[in-house]
Amino acid sequence: MTRLPGKWAAALAFAVAATPCLAADPIKIAVIAEASSISGAAIPNAAKIAADEINAAGGVGGRMIEIVEYDDHSSAADAVRAFQRAANQDHVHAVIASYVSEVVLALEPWSGRLKLPMITPGAASDDISHRVHNDYANLKYTFHGYLASTFLADSVCDGLKVVGVDQLHMKSAVIMSEDAAWTLPLDAEYLKCLPKIGIKILDHIRLSPDTTDFTPIFNKIEGLKPDVIVTGISHVGVQPTVQWHDQQVPIPMIGISSQATSSTFYKDTNGATESVIYQTISAPDVAVTPKTIPFTNAYVKRFGITPAYCGYTAYDEVYYIADAIKRAGSTDPDKMVDALEKTSWEGTIGKVEFYGKENEFTHAMKVSPEYVAGLLVQWQGGKQVTVWPANVANAKIKFPDFVKLPAN
Amino acid sequence: MTFLQILIDGFAISSLYALGAIGFTLIFGVSGVLNLSHGAIMVTAAVAAWAVAGNFDVGPYWGAAAGVLASVVMSFATYLLVVRPIQTSRRIAREEKEIFVLTATLLWGIMVQEAIAYFFTSNPKTVRPLVAGVINILGVRTPKQEIVTAVISLAVIGLLWLLINRTRTGKTLLAASINPRGLTLLGFELSTIYLYVWGLYGVMAGIAGVLLGSFLGVSSDNIGQLTASAFSIVVLGGLGSVGGSLVGALVVGYLETITAYLISPSIRTIPVLLLLVLVVYLRPQGLLGRR
Repeated sequence: MTRLPGKWAAALAFAVAATPCLAADPIKIAVIAEASSISGAAIPNAAKIAADEINAAGGVGGRMIEIVEYDDHSSAADAVRAFQRAANQDHVHAVIASYVSEVVLALEPWSGRLKLPMITPGAASDDISHRVHNDYANLKYTFHGYLASTFLADSVCDGLKVVGVDQLHMKSAVIMSEDAAWTLPLDAEYLKCLPKIGIKILDHIRLSPDTTDFTPIFNKIEGLKPDVIVTGISHVGVQPTVQWHDQQVPIPMIGISSQATSSTFYKDTNGATESVIYQTISAPDVAVTPKTIPFTNAYVKRFGITPAYCGYTAYDEVYYIADAIKRAGSTDPDKMVDALEKTSWEGTIGKVEFYGKENEFTHAMKVSPEYVAGLLVQWQGGKQVTVWPANVANAKIKFPDFVKLPAN
Repeated sequence: MTFLQILIDGFAISSLYALGAIGFTLIFGVSGVLNLSHGAIMVTAAVAAWAVAGNFDVGPYWGAAAGVLASVVMSFATYLLVVRPIQTSRRIAREEKEIFVLTATLLWGIMVQEAIAYFFTSNPKTVRPLVAGVINILGVRTPKQEIVTAVISLAVIGLLWLLINRTRTGKTLLAASINPRGLTLLGFELSTIYLYVWGLYGVMAGIAGVLLGSFLGVSSDNIGQLTASAFSIVVLGGLGSVGGSLVGALVVGYLETITAYLISPSIRTIPVLLLLVLVVYLRPQGLLGRR
């Protein structure tokens, strides 16, 4: 047997030792979400699609994206443990976390302490970005990858002005929101923006997320005779929708209904969601950007259902995290934050850019038709069709017979 | 109008509560088992009915039948895999068996809850109603399914009453609840009686689960609450007393409905819990329980 010269043997040994190290040096992105809920499951599912696409195209400078999943059961305590493990044990480079505001608010200080960039694809509380504004030096690692509650309420009001006030002559409303962190600023903004569009608020109901029988609530609302129920529901969804339908409550529901954004909602409600109108920033039938429909199709092909709202945002987040790392040329957290702040990424939901530290919504997504804007989507014949704004709407609003619309 | 609404809604929910709780108390009365996986069995029935009706497009009746069948299977599984091995174990002291069964059924319920959440998500499911549409009762628009729920619940309770009081099998069950040792001495096989009562319980919990799924909708997150609700009703009425469970269900159903309508739906279970504390303090055997 021929022996290799000493220097060649050393070089070979170095190459053998170094090659697996370089090859096994992926960019790790943690995804912390509740796996057993409609919205939560969409987050890791969408992130995996994005990672696979990026990896198939050669990764980021040759480094592959690896998604590391953690199920937080929508519990802040579980999420914090997952975050600590992701940072200290699994050594991830960024975190995409939850659609529950209470969970994201619990993770926010940990993102600062462990200097680990975190983006939420679905939580809405204004406090997420307000806290970054108030304590930028410590909390700058958190980014708000979905609309803040105030912007959600404004978007609902903008849509309601056109489809509710101008087209259907609605003049009065009852606000019905679940009692949660994200609905506090949502309701506060509803109370401001609805009167501005000419809608009188007859009552403001905050319901417990544990409510199972909504009959007394609908009974009370019906007694007030509003033209519309403006909703703010996410953790609840199936039961109020089914009971609204089965009891034939004659008042249309328009607003935020997060679970209605996924196609599984139609099956879960046995079709009771028919005619419900919800606000979102992307829909399966509308090419908000050239990336929206291909992503929806890829998601449907892989998982058999359309993505919930935070699937679109989670998909985009993987892409712009990868883009930020590429621009920063590093996974150093401070450099990543600098790069993320300069993000200008056209994703499935529009052009994503973040407000700067001088804005009270620091690191929240910019909202306007130029960047990310809202849509109103209605369930019609088992499909989600966009009814507002006019430039992308592909259907006219219609309601079942039991819904009584205001007289002209 | 609100009074009539409370009367109708309270009656429907009380009937449903009674059906679930009577199954729960039957198991305790005959076999001495406090089954803390009760909610899990009810939710299994509802989710099975939802899944079969939705995935195979077989209509609500076959879906409901599949739900009840799933409940019976789960009931036997609970008895044969969880309860019986503890009851027949020689390594567990006799006086500790009750607490072992209690803990085991609780853990079994949690396992079922996690399994349902894993395979079907924790999102609530609503079983397609057997009868769709609404009916106007003196100005109160009531879903027909709400009436169907009350009628079926009371009919099943009535059939159970007939079974227990008018048939030889029923009298054997009654005897087993009063003096199981005496029954054994007369040559009856207790294990067969237990199998029978667990089967009967499976049917009742299944019907209650399917009706609840079509009336209000259920999720795996409701499992603990459903068990607690049945537990509250039977403690209120008197452990092991079928009549007591009926009265307990009416008290709980109406108290919850009155609270939801007149105070707030957010605190609908609070007065019931306060009443339960009061009853346990003043009359530990329950309203109709034997001491």
